[in-house]
Amino acid sequence: MKIHLTSVLVDDQEKALRFYTDVLGFEKKADVPLGEHRWLTVTSPGDPDGTELLLEPDAHPAAGPFKEALVGDGIPWTSFAVDDVRSDYERLKDLGVTFTQEPTDMGPVTTAVLDDTCGNLIQIAEMRETG
Amino acid sequence: MGDVFRALADPTRRRILDELTERDGQTLFEICSRLATKYRLASSRQAISQHLAVLEDAGVVESRKEGRYKFHYIHTGPLERIADRWVSPGRPEASDEDPPDQRARR
Repeated sequence: MKIHLTSVLVDDQEKALRFYTDVLGFEKKADVPLGEHRWLTVTSPGDPDGTELLLEPDAHPAAGPFKEALVGDGIPWTSFAVDDVRSDYERLKDLGVTFTQEPTDMGPVTTAVLDDTCGNLIQIAEMRETG
Repeated sequence: MGDVFRALADPTRRRILDELTERDGQTLFEICSRLATKYRLASSRQAISQHLAVLEDAGVVESRKEGRYKFHYIHTGPLERIADRWVSPGRPEASDEDPPDQRARR
């Protein structure tokens, strides 16, 4: 068994696709019309066969209150690995991305938390030490 | 307003103030992450939330909603009044609580 797909609940798929590709740098993989929405996934740059991230509509009535409560407490439900949190922080800040947590050393990892503009907070994390 | 001394009487709450001194304006998530990773304080998010409520009630932490996020700030006013009372008692705003004997003489 392996993890091949995970998802973020987004308020607008087209806006999400732009943010996750143009701003964060992921690459579009699947884009299949599915009723009023799309089966829309992105993958890490240069790794089209890697784990896919599904940009899933947050249409379920429970999704709104759930996302709102997480964001209110600053909780990122999703985390991406980066090589250098501080340089990504600077790069994304310049692109107008909002951060709710600046780069901070948290034990063996350095993390920062950003707003994906689609109703989610996303953590970016850099492992500084192994083991 | 809650008792500032009671608020400060707990080591986790003092750590929260330490962390807010290092960076003012943190989400609940950041405070919990810092306590867990720096001090291995494995308190639940609810417990930290309650600690923050005690600190807020004593006036040493202020939480502000900014858009959809909520940030916590240290508020040193009550701590300055403690310093004024015993460290530099000559200052006019030194005490908001008169000693009982003076109160009796009025």
